Amino acid sequence: MEDVKQKVKELSLKYGRAEENLLPILQGIVETEGYISEEAMVEVARELDISAAHVYGTTTFYSFLDTRPKGKYVIRVCKTISCMMKGKNEIIRELENVLRIKLGETTHDGLFTLRETNCLGQCHKGPAILLNDVPYTDLTPTKIRKIVNDIRKKENVSN
Amino acid sequence: MQQKKLKRLDLIFKDENDVADILQKTYSRPIEKVINDLIASGLTGRGGAGFPTGLKWKLTAEAESDEKFVICNADEGEPGTFKDREILTRVPYKVLTGMAVCGKFIGAKQGFIYLRGEYKFLIPQLTVEIEKFHKILDEMGCSFRVEIFKGSGAYICGEESALFESMEGKRGEPRNKPPFPTTYGYKGKPTVINNVETLAHTYSIFKYGPDKFRDLGVQNSPGSKVFSVSGDTPIPGIYELEFGMSLHKFVDDFGDGDSKAVQVGGAAGFCVPRKKFDKITIGYKGKLSGNSLPTGGSMMIFNSSRSMYNVLHNYLDFFVEESCGQCTPCRVGTQQLLLGIEAVKKGEKPSSYLDKLLKLAETMRLTAKCGLGQSVANSFESIVENFREEMIY
Ligand SMILES: Cc1cc2nc3c(=O)[nH]c(=O)nc-3n(C[C@H](O)[C@H](O)[C@H](O)COP(=O)(O)O)c2cc1C
Ligand code: SF4
Repeated sequence: MEDVKQKVKELSLKYGRAEENLLPILQGIVETEGYISEEAMVEVARELDISAAHVYGTTTFYSFLDTRPKGKYVIRVCKTISCMMKGKNEIIRELENVLRIKLGETTHDGLFTLRETNCLGQCHKGPAILLNDVPYTDLTPTKIRKIVNDIRKKENVSN
Repeated sequence: MQQKKLKRLDLIFKDENDVADILQKTYSRPIEKVINDLIASGLTGRGGAGFPTGLKWKLTAEAESDEKFVICNADEGEPGTFKDREILTRVPYKVLTGMAVCGKFIGAKQGFIYLRGEYKFLIPQLTVEIEKFHKILDEMGCSFRVEIFKGSGAYICGEESALFESMEGKRGEPRNKPPFPTTYGYKGKPTVINNVETLAHTYSIFKYGPDKFRDLGVQNSPGSKVFSVSGDTPIPGIYELEFGMSLHKFVDDFGDGDSKAVQVGGAAGFCVPRKKFDKITIGYKGKLSGNSLPTGGSMMIFNSSRSMYNVLHNYLDFFVEESCGQCTPCRVGTQQLLLGIEAVKKGEKPSSYLDKLLKLAETMRLTAKCGLGQSVANSFESIVENFREEMIY
């Protein structure tokens, strides 16, 4: 995996090879590679001269530092009480139907991953999701279906 | 039309960008005077704990060290809270000014905004604001710098010592206290860490003086507070109100006419049932047994169609996921509370089992290492005690 090695080197140069730059480096890997593989962790440990166990420990602590491949578009549905009261379950049901996957899964074409997440801080505009980094609020089943279909169109896939 | 009884304030969000003037004014006065103003204003931390802000700055200024830091806590993860994002979006320069004045006073050259990963979309705009701010500082010959540090999705990192650990590249596990951040913070250096809203308030205090701030609110809790209102309300959103308001009035203003309970302070806060609305005011000092409740700003309203079992279940589920797992009372306790209420609901355990769970929650309050584990008992006790029959049937 020369790519990952190269990427880790670049990031360590950009942020500096100190332990306190571990989080930005790991975030950088997720941004370009989609997830942090074991090779990547070992590589980061080597670059920063810290133990691989330390890198592993930190990586697995944070919910945004994925250790497994995920879809190009990650949909995180807020499951906290305010969004629940505004019907987040209907949003999830609709998403499971359109994407034909269950919560936690990734579509076969690798386009979408469906997850739940804790409070997104959009409680006054629930139900809310984060689509990669961007929040979408005041959702309805119709709106969420359109969001998915628009992405599919953009990515040129048929339903 | 809704009859508006509580006074809406417009202090925090008032767009009055005179950063250069404020900085000039504070920097040209003896900085001790500026801090005395802050102390006299009675401003307390808006992140939930309510520590006096002026004192925090003073203690950090007095700590001896070659390096110090100012950190703005923008990890805003408490369920039902969304005010800090709004402040950072609409009046970021107030927060930055607060940080720079603090830096000057305590002797810090570097400030950080710890921004939760869920707010990554704010970064482009915030970066522009920071650059503009740096230019103003440059013109004044001030070398203070602010950087954004991005979180990665962990509620516990809002706890100050977990936040430092996270910034140091570690798991976000809270430290033992003392030592406190004023002497041992980020990288073991004296650090002022303040909530976004706290810093924004300092701007108004520097601009208008402490008396104007003291005119608002009540004795123990001066000033205004930004509230995040959600749940069963026709008007969800962000409101700046005076401290010391009665919950009864609040519900009159914001409820849908059928309010059965209000959760004050998020999942870590207290649930107040309708029959106690007129006995509770919002502000620091005192517990539910007294008559005043603190809040970081989260106000969730539930109407009579809501099951309080579902509400508690949702909170416990949140705590189980967000517990850092470092100490046993919290790691095991949160799980057992969740399994426990499920078992009672299903009839697998008798209703008296709830009393055992209440004891467990109380033990967590006493033995958990940090505020997360300690505060689970707040919502657990106040929901189970006030809505016991809903837990059983
Ligand atoms: C579990 C937990 C989560 C917290 N989350 C936040 C947060 O998101 N934002 C915040 O400002 N303070 C949070 N705090 C409080 C901080 O530890 C700290 O008291 C606060 O940032 C100090 O700033 P203040 O004095 O201006 O309120 C949290 C505390 C605990 C125990
Ligand atoms: S109380 Fe919970 S969150 Fe806090 S240190 Fe213990 S396990 Fe971690």
